[in-house]
Formats: sequence, C-alpha cells, structure tokens
Amino acid sequence: MIEAKGLSKHYGAKRAVEQLSFTVRPGVVTGFLGPNGSGKSTTMRMIMGLDTPSAGDVTVKGKHFKNLQWPLREVGALLEAKAIHPGRSARAHLMMLAQTNHLSNARVDELLELVGLSAVANKRAGKFSLGMGQRLGIAAALLGDPEILLFDEPVNGLDPDGIRWVRNLLKGLAREGRTVFVSSHLMSEMALTADEVVIIGRGKLISQTSIEDLLSQSTENFVRVRSPEAAKLKAALELQGAVVAVEDDGSLSVRGANEVAIGELAAKLPVVLHELAPQSASLEEAFMELTEDSIEYHGTTTGGPINSTGAKS
Amino acid sequence: MSTQTTPPPAMQKALPPGRYGFFDLVRSEWTKIRTVRSTMWTIGVTIVLGIGIGALVCALTRSHWSSQNIGQRVSFDAPATSLIGLLFAQFAIGILGVLVISAEYSTGTIRATFSAAPNRSRVFAAKIVVFGVLSFIVAELTSFVAFFLGQFLLSSPATHATLSSPGAFRAVFGGGLFVCILGLIGMGLGTIIRHTAGAISAFVGILLVLPIITAALPNQLSQDVRKFMPDRIGVDVLTTNGQHVGAFSPWVGLLILCVYAVVLLVIGASMLEKRDA
Repeated sequence: MIEAKGLSKHYGAKRAVEQLSFTVRPGVVTGFLGPNGSGKSTTMRMIMGLDTPSAGDVTVKGKHFKNLQWPLREVGALLEAKAIHPGRSARAHLMMLAQTNHLSNARVDELLELVGLSAVANKRAGKFSLGMGQRLGIAAALLGDPEILLFDEPVNGLDPDGIRWVRNLLKGLAREGRTVFVSSHLMSEMALTADEVVIIGRGKLISQTSIEDLLSQSTENFVRVRSPEAAKLKAALELQGAVVAVEDDGSLSVRGANEVAIGELAAKLPVVLHELAPQSASLEEAFMELTEDSIEYHGTTTGGPINSTGAKS
Repeated sequence: MSTQTTPPPAMQKALPPGRYGFFDLVRSEWTKIRTVRSTMWTIGVTIVLGIGIGALVCALTRSHWSSQNIGQRVSFDAPATSLIGLLFAQFAIGILGVLVISAEYSTGTIRATFSAAPNRSRVFAAKIVVFGVLSFIVAELTSFVAFFLGQFLLSSPATHATLSSPGAFRAVFGGGLFVCILGLIGMGLGTIIRHTAGAISAFVGILLVLPIITAALPNQLSQDVRKFMPDRIGVDVLTTNGQHVGAFSPWVGLLILCVYAVVLLVIGASMLEKRDA
C-alpha cells in the first residue's frame, strides 16, 4: 500500500507536484500516467524519500520510507535507467546494494539470471545498452523480494521481447499480492499492463480509476448507427435526450444512448437498421481528453485541487 | 460496468528481526570502493608518487653529495627528503576523497544507495570509516616505505636517518597521518560541493592558491594566517631540522587539520541529510 496525501513539491515558483492524493493498493498493477514533465518521477522520488515534499505526506506500508527496517526488502524501485557507475560491473552494483540489507551474493546471481544478464555480469555497466541498463535496474528493484515495487518508465529502451517480458513480470508480481506502481507516458502500454491508473497532468491529480471505468467514462464512446431512415431515427433519439451527429458518410454517431436503447427504439418506431456498432475510445484518446481538460482548467484558474471530469465520485 | 475480479490478498512478507545495520553498510561501502577501477588507479598513483619521487630525490642527492657545500650538507634533512613525495600523494588522495562521494552523485548511484539504505548519516558514517581506514593504511604504507627506501638510497657518504633519529618517526608517521587527513578533507569538500571538478578545484585551491594569497598579506598578519594553512602544517610535520617561525608544533598542526576535516564532514553530513538526493 502506498498512500499520498496532499503531496506537493515546489522548486521555487515551479510547482512540480501539487496537492497530489492517491492510494496504490496491493494485488493489482497500478499505472501512473501523465505526459512527460507532469511530475511522475518527482512523485516517485518523494515516495522513496529521496526528495523531501514541500507539503503533504506519502507513506509506504503506513510508514515513511526512511523509517522502514529493511528498506530494500520492503520496497524495490527502478527510478532511472543506468543510475550506475559506468566503471562498476552489474554484479558489483547489485552486490553493494544487497549488502546494505544483509542479502547474500547468491541472491545477486539469482537476479542476474532472472533478468538475463548472467553472461555480462562482470562487464562494466558503462558498456551496457539502455535496455540492459533497464534490466539491471529491474534486478536491483527485485533484489530484496519486496512487497512494494515502483518502476519509473520500465519499458524505455527495451525491444518488443523485453517489453512483453516486463509486462508479464509486472502482472505476475501483482498476482503474488504485491503492490506494483508503474509510471509511463505510453497509454497503450498501460492498457495492456495496468488494472488501475493514477493520472496526473502538470503535477495535479486528474483521476484515479480503473482502466475499464476510464474507458467507459470517456465521451469518445459512442454508437455508430446506419439506417435508410436516418433522419427519422435521429429525431426520435434526440427526443430521448441523446446527442446525434450526422457523419459525412451518412452514418449517425450517437452519444448518450447505448446500443440496447437505440435498438429497442428502432424496433418501436419501426426503423430499419443496417448497422449498430458501439465504438469505444482507446485509452490513448481517453487520456488525451482528460489531460486536455486539465490544461484548459489550468489556464483559467489559479490553484486549488482539481475536481476532474473523469474521477469516480 | 465493473467486471473486475477481486485482487489477490496482499502479500505478507516475513522480515528478519531488527533492521539494516552499520556493519552491512560498511561492507557495502567497501564493495563500492574496490569495484571501481578509478579508485584503484588513484590509490596506485598515491603510492607510486609518494614513494617514487622521494626515492628519486634521495638517489640524486647521494650522487651529487660531493658537490654540496658544507652548509648544505649540515642542513640536509634526510627524513623530509625521503618523504617529499607525500606532497604529491596528498593531491592523489584528496582527489580520491572527492571521488568516493562525488562519483555517486555524477553517476546517480547515490539514489540507488539511498533507496536501499535511507539513513543517510549512517551511510555517510560507513563511507567515512571505509575511506578513512583505507586512506590511513595507504598513506602510512606509502610514508614508511618511502622513508626506508629513501634512507637506503641515501646511505653513506650522504647523511641518512633511522626511525630513531630525532624527529624521524614523527615525520614518517605524522606524514602518513597528514596525507590521510587531507583525503578526508577532500571527502568533506566532495560531499558539500557534489561536483567532481568543482570539489577538486577547491581542494587544489586550498593547498596551492590560498598560500599565495596569504603571502600577499602584511607581514605579521601573513605569518599569523599562514600557520593555519594545511600545506604549511604538512611541511612542518615532515621537517626534522627546524620548523617555520611561529609554526604550530607538528602534533598540534595535525590536530588542527583534523578539526578542518571534522568540520567539513559535519557540514557535508548535514547537507546530505537536507538536500534532495
């Protein structure tokens, strides 16, 4: 469990993170979404006690990170790729981390094997590709077999094979009952990996919701209807409060009524239907919609917590 | 349309009793220092310069002994001459002191370290112990070997000394201490400044530029200030036949250097605690 309450970080006049409150629960993969520069990394550093919040508070397992008894065995984090001395080998890097929490060198070799770096374990990390650096960072995060895991952009620099490996790894870790918090600016990636999402824009919380709810709440969801008697159906739908747009190809895009209601209405009229197809927004579109709102909101107000359009009440 | 399956129960991990300890951190810091080539190189340079330059000067002194006049022969300081290389070693060890902390910042390792062991003061203390012991051993080893090798190369007809000669042991052991403490001063500067180049510049500036500036002060003031300078204290520790006028005695001088090191390390530790990593 990770809990942030009113978490804020200001650098001079710049508000990198502002009044951020969210909860990351165990057993699911929670995505941390936001455009580049939206404050994801800063938030993760505050969770890890590396940066001190300007205001608010964040805890892991109900404690401040600094007060954990065995930090590496309780929380694992991949914060930046290649945060490694270029002259040190992968094995030495993991060894020095393992030793801080009294973990064995055998555990180091286990992890090197798991992430597929055994063959280059004694090579200097400076020669590693970005993808190998990511794998080493993931090994470091998993070293203490922790209940809580943070990954900042873990798939950056990985090849498709590596991306699928990380995806399965994250899901597997969550299935074991761990708390998995993973940031990304790639919505498509999160759609495949995450169960829940915390979405931020410009350092503020836009929404914490499940992926499913995020998609279903999007106004980009509509039903495409084709009918030889489109005008008649349009009028009837509008009478019922739906919003109907006529597309260039003559089809109707209906918002505010689902395919069931439209089908029943058509039967009652009666109107012949040639197509009745619910269209759901991609996560990408849902996300764009949400962050656009937040940016517009920013432009017209001064501060204050956001009550976002997509948030579950 | 919530069709979520209930998530699995939260993992309850059994942790060993107690918490991560100081000795674990010492082991980790030792691993860090020995697994990077640049530290090993710097230690090698410290030893080679510290021993080699003294040996070279001693060998040359002996071969030119006959051309020295009586005054030069009488005032010849055999222990100090053999230890002259320590004045070079001090820069190498100071740079190592800077690097053990600044390299963690420049590479980002510091964030991995503090993510595994967030008690920063304790990590820093472990680092000081490891680097302090290492630099003490390296500096004393260099100093003693430089002395014995130098005296062996001098031999007759040149004046040479043994450890029991007046002031000789103090010069050799104190010389090692001097180098070790300068390493810790470098580490303090590295912690405060965090950037390798900046910290090395500060270190070199204190040893080379500060004396030039203080020399420009009015005479009495210059003398009063000069005796507090690390380079002056170092020379007076190594000298066995007459210190500078108004200088601190060698042991007091070393104590003053210790105070500098402690002050810099304490400032460094408090900044380490306060600043974002």
